[in-house]
Amino acid sequence: MSSQSSPAQAARPGVKKKGFRERLELLMNAIFFLCGAVAVAFVLFISIYLIVSGLPAIREIGLIDFLFGERWASTAKDPAFGILPFILTSVYGTAGAIVVGVPVGFMTAMFLSKISGKKTAGVIRTAVDLLAGIPSVVYGLIGMTVLVPAVRVAFDLASGACLLAAIVVLAVMILPSIISVSETALNAVPKEYEEASLALGATEIETYFRVSAPAASSGIAAAVVLGIGRAIGEAMAIMMVAGNVANMPSLFASVRFLTTAIASEMSYSSGLQRQALFSIALVLFLFIMIINVALNVLLKKSRKEG
Amino acid sequence: MDTHETPVITAKGLELWYGSAQALRNVDIDIPERKVTALIGPSGCGKSTFLKTLDRMNDLVPGVTIKGSVRYRGQEIYSPEVDVTWLRKQIGMVFQKPNPFPMSIYDNIAYGPRTHGIRNKAKLDEIVEKSLRGAAIWDEVKDRLRKSALSLSGGQQQRVCIARALAVEPDVLLMDEATSALDPISTSKIEELIEDLKNSYTIVIVTHNMQQATRISDKCAFFLLGELIEYGDTDQMFSVPRDRRTEDYITGRFG
Repeated sequence: MSSQSSPAQAARPGVKKKGFRERLELLMNAIFFLCGAVAVAFVLFISIYLIVSGLPAIREIGLIDFLFGERWASTAKDPAFGILPFILTSVYGTAGAIVVGVPVGFMTAMFLSKISGKKTAGVIRTAVDLLAGIPSVVYGLIGMTVLVPAVRVAFDLASGACLLAAIVVLAVMILPSIISVSETALNAVPKEYEEASLALGATEIETYFRVSAPAASSGIAAAVVLGIGRAIGEAMAIMMVAGNVANMPSLFASVRFLTTAIASEMSYSSGLQRQALFSIALVLFLFIMIINVALNVLLKKSRKEG
Repeated sequence: MDTHETPVITAKGLELWYGSAQALRNVDIDIPERKVTALIGPSGCGKSTFLKTLDRMNDLVPGVTIKGSVRYRGQEIYSPEVDVTWLRKQIGMVFQKPNPFPMSIYDNIAYGPRTHGIRNKAKLDEIVEKSLRGAAIWDEVKDRLRKSALSLSGGQQQRVCIARALAVEPDVLLMDEATSALDPISTSKIEELIEDLKNSYTIVIVTHNMQQATRISDKCAFFLLGELIEYGDTDQMFSVPRDRRTEDYITGRFG
């Protein structure tokens, strides 16, 4: 139908006219749907692509040799493709960042949510947001020029580029997500719980730790898992401070993560080496998927409690 | 009037402001030991505010100013030397909405004693049982002490909250409309409980329910616009109120 309405329709206000506006509605709905579908399509495409291109190398090297091999020598005459050093480095590095970052982030969230005045909280929150916005290459740069020399001097090492430096950088990088998710969880704790505790003669700090924090526990757990996700997926900053040698991890050794293993060799790789890098990406992808599922479960639980 | 009553709490010339709004005006009151004192009056009259001055829960409200004197067993409670956690241990509080912690029933009751340093398991078990018996809910929950307190009904939750307050062995129990969120059966259970508790505790309740005030209180205080209009024996106040405004309120002419 055309946009001109017939006299009969014009005489009945409120009755739908099939015209330009309705077709525009349909068109816009379709566009919105397509935009939504793009996100789904990309996830599917990436998953399938990673599986397809990651499996051949695993088949050729052997799953056990690939995952548990301690030697990575991709360009040697007699190449070895064991990624255990990368897996362990990623696990240790992430665990270290969590051990350092979570207490600091949790305390900050507690301070913002319960203790500080509005003005102080505003200043800190702005700083935390800025911290979240700093590009990771800048973290890497500052880590390289300030942290790495400091570690070298402090521990009297030949080089300060090591797992410890990477842990410190990661810990700072995951702070913003830990702070903001924990703070949201702590803010959602009903005031009645805290009042009940204070009325029993508990101090404010006792109340925050023994009532508020447990009541917000699944939200805080979600914050920790989000931090793990951030830390395990980070590449650029840690590549610049960790030394990037495929050693088995130790605190003062130069190490290579799952992410940095891919990033550092991709540009010149070929053949089985290239395929093995895709397999590393697949392993990393599985880690992230598991973490995301855990995160969603925890967030759902935390919303139910709040 | 019984002249042998010992006042546990004495307020003199008590004034309170929220920012610039005055919520209490020159309140003088003696709260007798081991009696139930009811605070009545229309919404916003200051009765809950007054209740909260007694355990200093008003400290939590930003912008509160308090003048005058409140003494608990002779101790000026707003004096800077007073440890507010000590005061709140002596003067327990039960809130309008049942607010058990999201923990097990056992941990709810043990929370107060643990806060005050009791770690011994046997001693805690004993306190938990005694407090739950004291709040007349032991038989209903004794087989599920490890279950979440949030799984109980509203009336049961409120009695768990009363038990939680009893567990720190307070001297005074404040109840801020403790039955207004409950059904009639739960309400009558709590009223019976209050009758029992007054043998061991001094009780101050805030209530909107005139019948409740007549049923369970010995003394009654009528507040209006932040002023204590009338204070006396409940029987007397409800039969021959001295003040016209009290009469108007209790006969339901306003409120």
